Amino acid sequence: MTATAPAAEATVRKSSPGTARGPRRRTGRLRRVGLPYLLLLPALLLELLVHLVPMVIGIVMSFKELTQFYIRDWSTAPWAGLDNYSVSVDFDAPVGKALLHSFLVTVAFTVLSVGLCWLIGTAAAVFMQDTFRGRGLLRALFLVPYALPVYAAVITWVFMFQHDNGLVNHVLHDQLGLTDKPSFWLIGDNSFVALLTVSVWKGWPFAFLIVMAGLQNIPRELYEAAALDGAGMVQQLRRITLPSLRPVNQVLVLVLFLWTFNDFNTPYVLFGKSAPEAADLISVHIYQASFVTWNFGTGSAMSVLLLLFLLVVTGVYLALTSRGRRTAQ
Amino acid sequence: MRSIRAAATGAVMLSLALAASACGGGSSTGGGSNDSPKELTYWASNQGASIEADKKVLQPELDKFEKQTGIKVKLEVVPWSDLLNRILTATTSGQGPDVLNIGNTWSASLQATGGLLPWDDQQFEKIGGKDRFVDSALGSTGAEGQPPAAVPLYSMAYALYYNKQMFADAGIDAPPATWDEFVAAGKKLSKDGKWGTAMEGSNPSENVHHAYVFAKQHGADFFTPDGKPDFTNDGAVAAVKQYVDLMAKDKIIAPGNAEYAQNQSVSDFAKGKTGMLLWQSASANLTSQGMSEDAYGIAPVPVQSGTPGAGTQVNSMVAGINLAVFKNTDNLDGATEFVKFMTSDAEQKILNTAYSSIPPVKAAQADPAFNTPANAVLKDTLAKSAVALPQVPDESQFETAVGTAVKELFADAAAGRPVTTDSVKAALTKAQQQMPTK
Amino acid sequence: MSTPRSPMAPPRTFLWSRRIFLTLLTGFVLIPVYVMLSSSLKPLADVTGAFRWLPTELTIRPYIDIWSTVPLGRYFVNSLIVAGAATVCSVVIAVFSAYAVSRYSFRGKRVFTVTVLSTQMFPGILFLLPLFLIYVNIGNATGIALFGSRGGLILTYLTFSLPFSIWMLIGYFDSVPRDLDEAALVDGCGPLGALFRVVVPAAVPGIVAVAVYAFMTAWGEVLFASVMTNDTTRTLAVGLQGYSTLNDVYWNQIMAASLVVSVPVVAGFLLLQRYLVAGLTAGAVK
Repeated sequence: MTATAPAAEATVRKSSPGTARGPRRRTGRLRRVGLPYLLLLPALLLELLVHLVPMVIGIVMSFKELTQFYIRDWSTAPWAGLDNYSVSVDFDAPVGKALLHSFLVTVAFTVLSVGLCWLIGTAAAVFMQDTFRGRGLLRALFLVPYALPVYAAVITWVFMFQHDNGLVNHVLHDQLGLTDKPSFWLIGDNSFVALLTVSVWKGWPFAFLIVMAGLQNIPRELYEAAALDGAGMVQQLRRITLPSLRPVNQVLVLVLFLWTFNDFNTPYVLFGKSAPEAADLISVHIYQASFVTWNFGTGSAMSVLLLLFLLVVTGVYLALTSRGRRTAQ
Repeated sequence: MRSIRAAATGAVMLSLALAASACGGGSSTGGGSNDSPKELTYWASNQGASIEADKKVLQPELDKFEKQTGIKVKLEVVPWSDLLNRILTATTSGQGPDVLNIGNTWSASLQATGGLLPWDDQQFEKIGGKDRFVDSALGSTGAEGQPPAAVPLYSMAYALYYNKQMFADAGIDAPPATWDEFVAAGKKLSKDGKWGTAMEGSNPSENVHHAYVFAKQHGADFFTPDGKPDFTNDGAVAAVKQYVDLMAKDKIIAPGNAEYAQNQSVSDFAKGKTGMLLWQSASANLTSQGMSEDAYGIAPVPVQSGTPGAGTQVNSMVAGINLAVFKNTDNLDGATEFVKFMTSDAEQKILNTAYSSIPPVKAAQADPAFNTPANAVLKDTLAKSAVALPQVPDESQFETAVGTAVKELFADAAAGRPVTTDSVKAALTKAQQQMPTK
Repeated sequence: MSTPRSPMAPPRTFLWSRRIFLTLLTGFVLIPVYVMLSSSLKPLADVTGAFRWLPTELTIRPYIDIWSTVPLGRYFVNSLIVAGAATVCSVVIAVFSAYAVSRYSFRGKRVFTVTVLSTQMFPGILFLLPLFLIYVNIGNATGIALFGSRGGLILTYLTFSLPFSIWMLIGYFDSVPRDLDEAALVDGCGPLGALFRVVVPAAVPGIVAVAVYAFMTAWGEVLFASVMTNDTTRTLAVGLQGYSTLNDVYWNQIMAASLVVSVPVVAGFLLLQRYLVAGLTAGAVK
């Protein structure tokens, strides 16, 4: 964890105004040295209780043979050493192969979903930078998918994706005649498309919101100056808007990446407990490995591997982006 | 310097965490106690039309029990989608109900966790003895050679429901008795947007129930006699293929059924979209969907040839619900008393009538109320030609693995991809590889 | 919130592409919302048969039935209590933490921020089971029932939204001029006085944004709620599954119920979106 420390710190600190902080108020208040800790205490305790200790227990579990024979009293479960891990990463054997497949599906899904969310969100925010009639209404409308509770939103999509009675097939097949026969969206290969559609539908307004907020921070003098220089819309976009959004995008993409990669609710509501192979996201895969096949040891090992992967990706990402920022400054 | 401090902080957290985990191994108090003799928590499975409907059925009976014994039963009807997870977390944490319903096919799997109270002869005596229950139901209460993990509560069997009007219109005189006849009838029915029959293609459990019975009819099994998974033997492959072929080759099932998982096949039948339905104890469901009892007939599920019976002539699994006592109960006597109450002749009659199931209790089953034509078929099937799903600890994993494999095969069939012996075998090979190796 | 940019009129191609893009996007966003709304007003036959854009007849029956098919009212109350309490606690705790990080320098600050942030990477499934074990053991040791109670769920959800909230508020508090609370301290307020009289009022948009986020997190979570609640404490996200029952999938009721549970969050979200954008502007994305 210390490896990622400088980078993450940079992210946190970058939000402080200016580079130099105001004068420290420590003078004469040494007796208050305990105060910050006191302020942090509730958050610290909660993080320990709900996130950190369970995670450590989860890591311990990943070294145990925790099948149905031992779950009742798992302290008696035999130590499995690295067995759970070697099973998970043995990509020639079925369990490892399935995990690798699921991992690749998840990577593809995450890249596409984050990319599309960002693209649509940015485009919409840029298009709506100027005032026009109905802008307020449209903005409110665009935020609705993000505001809807996951379950309500996804179940509506399930309704629409049904093979026999769904809207999607009704439009594509019955009304537009684009397909020779109704397609399946919730099973088979198209399920990936269905998952991606729902994820983008639900996720792009977040990108829109953040980019919109980021655009507000761009001083309008920049645009005025550029307009006086004779720069057109495209040039303004390339020379002012996108560069100014860089720090925003760096945070936005990371957050979207983590949320999408770990998303459980969307595939779970869309497909139920056993997702179709084409849309077998890693979160559901691990859920199935642990809860449906009752092998919590292997499930935990898979989770730990996933966590390591995300730590590495995040660390590298933060290191790259913060270095980029420093050189830019 | 900074990293040292970070490491120190990390170490403190880790030791904290380990301390917490060391005492976190669930509560393994051996038996159960009687610390709280006036209260019970009961998890019922969702048997009726809805959770609320179930409460309306059960609550009056629980009130009766409270009047008799002074024990208050807190009822929670748990949806099927959550039931197994809830039981698993309850087992892991030791915090659960006192009495609970389990799907009878889970008996051996849950037995292996040690979380349920074993019903040895002595325990059985307290509720009137093992002899009160019919054998087929007792065959689905846990692994052989061990005391049952649960007591039978409701019994169900698969039957063939057929739409009388549609049969008459298609010129079919009698319900099919063999699969050849079934397919022939199905082909006659499949026209004008209507179909021969319906299947829950995306429901792993339904898939496994059918696949298992088909396997038995092919003289095969999914497990070796000593309980090892054996999904890829020729009989099992042929069985799964025959089942999926109803859609893939015979085309008597609408392709859209490949994504059914929420009992749409029952409503399709009730609405006259399909002429036949293979379902367990469907009468109550069909009635609540507005299909009158005169509109459909009921017959045994077809066999390959001949008449239903034992061995390769089985035509249903032993379906049903068992009642189990959670080992960590703090009201052992009360829980036993409650099981006795629920399996009493009188309650068995009331409850099984409400759910259109068959009482696994002999005396209750003999009641004239269960002699309707529909129940006669079910009773006959249970008595003569129903087979218990494998009573092995890996049963629940088997349901998932094979059920999901069949689901993927249905998806192939629906998409128009060929389903061959090889593709079935490949799917089952993959399923078998997912099974625990120990 | 308008940001008039260049005095020049935008070129026609821009206007046209904007029109086309925004129209398509509106369609994409609105169709599911329309389906939800129209299906909730259809009789059951309309939603179990082939899809139709317009109902054969309009009925409010589903809106009446949803309350009796499953105890939606109880779930609603549970969700309100759980999400409300989790939001309030999360915001208060996040305010304290962010204030400490923003205004003080102390040992372990970096460890704290990094650790809190890294929890965003945890796959939920990894600590699902351990968390139960902990709650049960706390229950056994202290008699505080966390497992199966609303309290346990509140605790879980508030911690879920905590990292992001702290992180956003740090950014926001940093943007509140330090001179303001210096002045308050000189005037004789304690540090907490300065926090509540100066920093918090100046950071309202950020705090509202964080509250909205915390509320939405708690309102929609499915996985932990499905195993951690029982009949009396079940929340909406799980309770809605009750409409797909043994008999039939009551799609019209599902849609009606989805709409009913969505209205509070969507309405709140839209009412507060002004703060939200402002909060994000000064906070996380500065």
